Amino acid sequence: MVRERETPKQQQQVSYTVEQLVAVNPYNPDILPDLENYVNEQVSSQTYSLDANLCLLRLYQFEPERMSTQIVARILVKALMAMPAPDFSLCLFLIPERVQMEEQLKTLIVLSHYLETGRFRQFWDEAAKNRHIVEAVPGFEQAIQTYAIHVLSLTYQKIPRPVLAEAINIEGLSLDKFLEHQAANSGWILEKGHGRGQLIVLPRNEFNHPELKKIAADSVPLEHITRIFTILG
Amino acid sequence: MAANYDYDEAPATYDDANSQDLGYDPNFVPDSVKSFVVHLYRHIREKNVYEIHQMYEISFQTLSDRLFKDTPWPSVDAVAHYVDNDQVFCLLYREMWFRHLYARLSPTLKQRIDSWDNYCSLFQVVLHRVVNMQLPNQWLWDMVDEFVYQFQSFCQYRAKMKNKTEQEIVLLRQFDQAWNVYGVLNYLQAFVEKSNIIQILEQEKEGLEQFTATDGYDYSGGSNVLKVLGYFSMVGLLRVHCLLGDYQTGLKCLLPIDISQQGVYTSVIGSHITTIYHYGFANLMMRRYVEAIREFNKMLLYIYKTKQYHQKSPQYEQILKKNEQMYALLAICLSLCPQTKLVEETVNSQLREKYGEKMARMQRYDDEAFAIYDELFSYACPKFITPSAPSFEEPLVNYNQDAYRLQLKLFLHEVKQQQLLSGVRTFLKVYSTISLGKLANYMEVDEPTLRTILFSYKHKTHAVDSDGKIISNADVDFYIDDDMIHVVESKPVKRFGDYFLRQIVKLEGVINDIDRICLE
Repeated sequence: MVRERETPKQQQQVSYTVEQLVAVNPYNPDILPDLENYVNEQVSSQTYSLDANLCLLRLYQFEPERMSTQIVARILVKALMAMPAPDFSLCLFLIPERVQMEEQLKTLIVLSHYLETGRFRQFWDEAAKNRHIVEAVPGFEQAIQTYAIHVLSLTYQKIPRPVLAEAINIEGLSLDKFLEHQAANSGWILEKGHGRGQLIVLPRNEFNHPELKKIAADSVPLEHITRIFTILG
Repeated sequence: MAANYDYDEAPATYDDANSQDLGYDPNFVPDSVKSFVVHLYRHIREKNVYEIHQMYEISFQTLSDRLFKDTPWPSVDAVAHYVDNDQVFCLLYREMWFRHLYARLSPTLKQRIDSWDNYCSLFQVVLHRVVNMQLPNQWLWDMVDEFVYQFQSFCQYRAKMKNKTEQEIVLLRQFDQAWNVYGVLNYLQAFVEKSNIIQILEQEKEGLEQFTATDGYDYSGGSNVLKVLGYFSMVGLLRVHCLLGDYQTGLKCLLPIDISQQGVYTSVIGSHITTIYHYGFANLMMRRYVEAIREFNKMLLYIYKTKQYHQKSPQYEQILKKNEQMYALLAICLSLCPQTKLVEETVNSQLREKYGEKMARMQRYDDEAFAIYDELFSYACPKFITPSAPSFEEPLVNYNQDAYRLQLKLFLHEVKQQQLLSGVRTFLKVYSTISLGKLANYMEVDEPTLRTILFSYKHKTHAVDSDGKIISNADVDFYIDDDMIHVVESKPVKRFGDYFLRQIVKLEGVINDIDRICLE
């Protein structure tokens, strides 16, 4: 019992230290093993730190003999899960071309390409063929589904069920349950489309409802006003 | 600013040791040089910053042009006794000596290593001893800038292994600490930390410190050297990280400097340009095109208005070069992310003149378009480096282009992914509503493919900014209702808030001026 209680605290201590290292002493070859452990920890505890991972990729750049392709692959999977942020390409910029040609990484690059170009069906097909890569990182599926929904929310006010299903790779009863959950918690509305099946109304935002955008347009940040405080006062 | 970015290794002619082979005598000190060092030494001791600046900027250049067009300055040993053998002055003199060498001649490997040693000694003094000097910001910037430049130059040199002589390889293996990437980064980092510059800038915002207001100079009897070196090192770190391809960290290093305002970084034109050039480039690679366009626009307008004042300066050529490169980068950004109201008229007309035709061709996204993207990127990008030491075992090859090729490849990959977006944009501009089926027909693709294109358009035009927020860059946008596309033309928003703020400040200035007029 005591040991179980200690582990989360220990984990917290380790990640606190690693983040500090990255902030204070990043150009130091000795922290490489810590950073590698941290990658594994991010994978198992479903956390993420781009800065720490970039730090590690830099160290690999400085000392290529110490690079572990497996760790690089894990970093890239985590980066993929951070989409729509451009983390995946930020990592690729630091990985030498010949390393990017290795099988594992080539597959990940293809997966990224599909996601970048909205090709969700091809993505899920390819991911299914490479379960060993993607199943190694818990939370992968949900993260990509979140990204897919993000893109759908930018694009659609009302989306036909089959389009949604293909994008998030959920069908049938599972999809029904998923939609119920979203309707209850995220403001989705389920409608009956004209004869062709369900339509899902996605929550309103400034990207799929342009009239919402104009409100934000002419706001003046407080910092700018502070410059004339002396004049006003 | 260092002028030469590309040069080949010249045969080792300038070696301090053997004057017979040299064609010049490193120990001969012309009177003008004697006078120069004596006066410079005195001004530094008396903290006469204005005089130091004049001598550094003007006298040094004049003497170099007149006496040392293609030979180095006299060796430090020859001038040392004129300046009481002062250790710090000798280090500073050597720094200028090497900088002159790099600019006018080709350094040998031994000289590169010696220059590294000199920087180490100089930096150790600044970091670990109490230095009681005030040096002009121009000089302090040049030190950091040159330091990074020599590092970049060394990496390029070292990566060309094919024609290295035995002797060179022996030296490289023996002095593996020279221009080691860890050393370079850690010195820059040490300056940032030891100077406490980040905290100083923070406290300045709350009125507890004075730094920007005095241009970094210390008017309470202290020294500006460590603080200002710390400040400029942040720009140095941005530059090094860009050379490595780590744009995210580069921008992070620059974060304490607020580039929306004037600051010490704008006190030296070279520093201003280097900061914005790398800031813009990093944002471009991170797909934050609007941010890059904004900053390039401001910088290019500034250069347009002020470059006449720098015509006589040794930096003039570099200013012009960076100007041209930023226009190329601006052309790239605007082709990938068309914007209507972000570019100033003057800048826009210059841009059309230089790249109008190429931009039109880039937006066609055919093979020719990619060739132009390639051309502009290659012209304008930083000189990327491979930071790791070569493996001396394998057959010796040149790998100095590897880093550049990787960045170019990834950049063109991004361009390719955006290829189909241009086509969509053209159609969206013509219709206010159109069904997915019809648009698919016009674009000669099936509906599922059209959907992927539309998703891609949305994803690529909605960037994630530095705070993690989503911002739309799209000049033409849309939303879909079931199977109907509704086009949204983004109207340029009139920003009244900014306008009023500017007018308020202006009016206040006029009132103050009037108040100051004393009527007899």
